Amino acid sequence: MEKENQLLEEIANSEYEYGFVTNIETDKLPEGLNEDTIRFISAKKQEPEWLLEYRLKGYQAFLRSKMPEWQNFKMPDIDFQAISYYAEPKPKKQLQSLDEVDPELLETFEKLGIPLNEQKLLAGVAVDAVFDSVSIATTYKGKLKELGIIFCSFSEAVKEHPELVKKYMGSVVPHSDNIFASLNTAAFSDGSFVYIPKGVRCPMELSTYFRINAQNTGQFERTLIIADEGSYVSYLEGCTAPRRDENQLHAAVVELIAMEGAEIKYSTVQNWYPGDKDGKGGIYNFVTKRGICKGRKSRISWTQVETGSAITWKYPSVILQGDDSEAEFYSVAVTKNKQLADTGTKMMHLGKNTKSRIISKGISAGHSHNSYRGLVYVGPKADYARNFTQCDSLLLGDRCGAHTFPYIETKNKTATIEHEATTSKIGEDQVFYLNQRGIDDEKAVALIVNGYVRDVINQLPMEFAVEAQKLLAISLEGSVG
Amino acid sequence: MLSIKNLQAQVEDKQILKGLNLTINPGEVHAIMGPNGSGKSSLASVLAGRDAYEVTGGEVEFYGKDLLELSPEDRAREGLFLAFQYPVEIPGVSNINFLKTAMNEIRAYKGLEPLDAKSFLKLSKEKQQLVEFDAKLVNRCLNEGFSGGEKKRNEIFQLAMLEPRLAILDETDSGLDIDALRIVANGVNALRSKDNAFVVITHYQRLLDYIVPDFVHVLFDGKIIKSGTKVLALELEEKGYDWLKESVHAPIV
Ligand SMILES: Nc1ncnc2c1ncn2[C@@H]1O[C@H](COP(=O)(O)OP(=O)(O)OP(=O)(O)O)[C@@H](O)[C@H]1O
Ligand SMILES: [Mg+2]
Repeated sequence: MEKENQLLEEIANSEYEYGFVTNIETDKLPEGLNEDTIRFISAKKQEPEWLLEYRLKGYQAFLRSKMPEWQNFKMPDIDFQAISYYAEPKPKKQLQSLDEVDPELLETFEKLGIPLNEQKLLAGVAVDAVFDSVSIATTYKGKLKELGIIFCSFSEAVKEHPELVKKYMGSVVPHSDNIFASLNTAAFSDGSFVYIPKGVRCPMELSTYFRINAQNTGQFERTLIIADEGSYVSYLEGCTAPRRDENQLHAAVVELIAMEGAEIKYSTVQNWYPGDKDGKGGIYNFVTKRGICKGRKSRISWTQVETGSAITWKYPSVILQGDDSEAEFYSVAVTKNKQLADTGTKMMHLGKNTKSRIISKGISAGHSHNSYRGLVYVGPKADYARNFTQCDSLLLGDRCGAHTFPYIETKNKTATIEHEATTSKIGEDQVFYLNQRGIDDEKAVALIVNGYVRDVINQLPMEFAVEAQKLLAISLEGSVG
Repeated sequence: MLSIKNLQAQVEDKQILKGLNLTINPGEVHAIMGPNGSGKSSLASVLAGRDAYEVTGGEVEFYGKDLLELSPEDRAREGLFLAFQYPVEIPGVSNINFLKTAMNEIRAYKGLEPLDAKSFLKLSKEKQQLVEFDAKLVNRCLNEGFSGGEKKRNEIFQLAMLEPRLAILDETDSGLDIDALRIVANGVNALRSKDNAFVVITHYQRLLDYIVPDFVHVLFDGKIIKSGTKVLALELEEKGYDWLKESVHAPIV
């Protein structure tokens, strides 16, 4: 312990040597990434040495990696050295009342039907101590603790439960997986950690939402969820409020581990800033999400509703290692204006009698391009593995594109793989039918689209589903005609 | 309520309606008959505002408003309802949610609050009974996988729910079995009042036995070439259209 402290102190002191922080009051590291920056981040967060080493390994891998080239869009030039990799929890200007908030933002909240208190919270307005969610959150915290559930920030987990973090971090997404995962390993800011003990059914949906404000997680967050034998958890990521952001890189890593008989449901509603009509600005969303069905009869399901980001590059995947394990991927990806989405999944069947199901619904409008990319792999030992893939594309207008790239690789003759794909347009007849019942074009398209994505939305927890529907309607506003 | 004067319309440069006149008053039921391709559905489409049709002449007034100036949804909100000859399927959209949206849009146009869930469900139950519409179909997706007859009956259920001032029924009878025909007709009769009107497009006298029209018109080649009372329908049933066609083509002296 003493030694560790000493080391930390040394590292902390060494900051000055390298001269990249002249003023300790500074809350932002200058742009650029090198070993020193990584040491600085690690020291700032008082991390144990193994974690620093791990970050450095990630950094080495990052240096060796090339940008991926196979996606169905031209990779933008991302200047990794132009990004600042550490900022103290942003001392955002505390707004005193809603009057100070961008009216356009408020209008969007209004449309989403977000209650006033939450609007304040989302907009970063100082929230009264009486804010309901606060007490709700604390009540649940107590309840979760009683059950032995750990739900905290990643940094906290590193401090409080280092053995779990050390054991599982990087066990599903290795530090060298791809350039963005390596970058995240080197420079991750914070994230979420969940552990559900054996046989425990988590009584509530766990959501980053509860922590979002306290934490203000950065662009390189990590999530690690471990469901021990026979446990169950449903996790919700993201909130549907639009963020105002410049053209920024977002490179998260999410790892899910399901032990024997455990089930993890992971739902995302992603609505990062998509850039403007002409494709200026917006988030580059390069995310690595992967789960492993480690034990027998375990289950993982990914559900995602992707409406935001200038570029979405993500393939939530599952390694079906345990025999009789099951995995699902339900996705809705909406692109409009000049947005680009290349998203899908990988189902890696390793165990016997493993089952996977893929339902992907792409919606493209404007000049956007929307690609589904999926791999179903069946290993030699995966006897009687089964996959069903359904992959539908809906086009609004004729200047957008929908593409599907389904790959199948099977090394076992007993596998059953089914694939269905459709591409359709919203029929004028359908819109007219709804018009004739008093529904205008915009609402008509929203209705039709919501019908189209129903199979996916139904997978979301109730409140999330309602929000996702509203979000779809909003994001397609003005895409008609 | 509705006055159509010298209405002319084309679709893809093909003239379909060639100077059509028709006046409808509240409380009336008009039957429109005529050979295939004569322009009956086209008339319904033009009135409802389908985009593909271009109005090239004439005028249509609906309750003092220039109907042709209104968007299709505003025409619906003003109380014009079209029961489609071929209702479309909209996968994944629940029938009842769709109807609730429709109803609340129409109410909003009239400056009314949306109907609360309870009253809406109550109303829906009542109307289901009125037109004997299967509760299972109410909760299914909009016409998705419905049989031909079920689709037609769904149109009538919607009609009952939305209570329009003017309803145009485009061959609602075709595809209905004998019992369904009677049920639908009874429903329509129950909905008739001194304040609303119906235009019933049909090929068969059978329907008019149940829904007794005040007027019968024959549409041919984009024009109404003959109007009469319910007796005209019986005459058509007996003689077909040829005798009328001849009178059209014969030079008028
Ligand atoms: N989109 C279109 N393009 C070209 N012609 C069209 C189009 N729509 C309708 N027509 C033509 O307009 C004419 C009138 O059609 P309409 O459907 O109004 O007839 P109808 O009287 O309803 O016939 P039916 O008794 O068979 O239902 C037909 O000749 C039809 O082919
Ligand atoms: Mg017709």
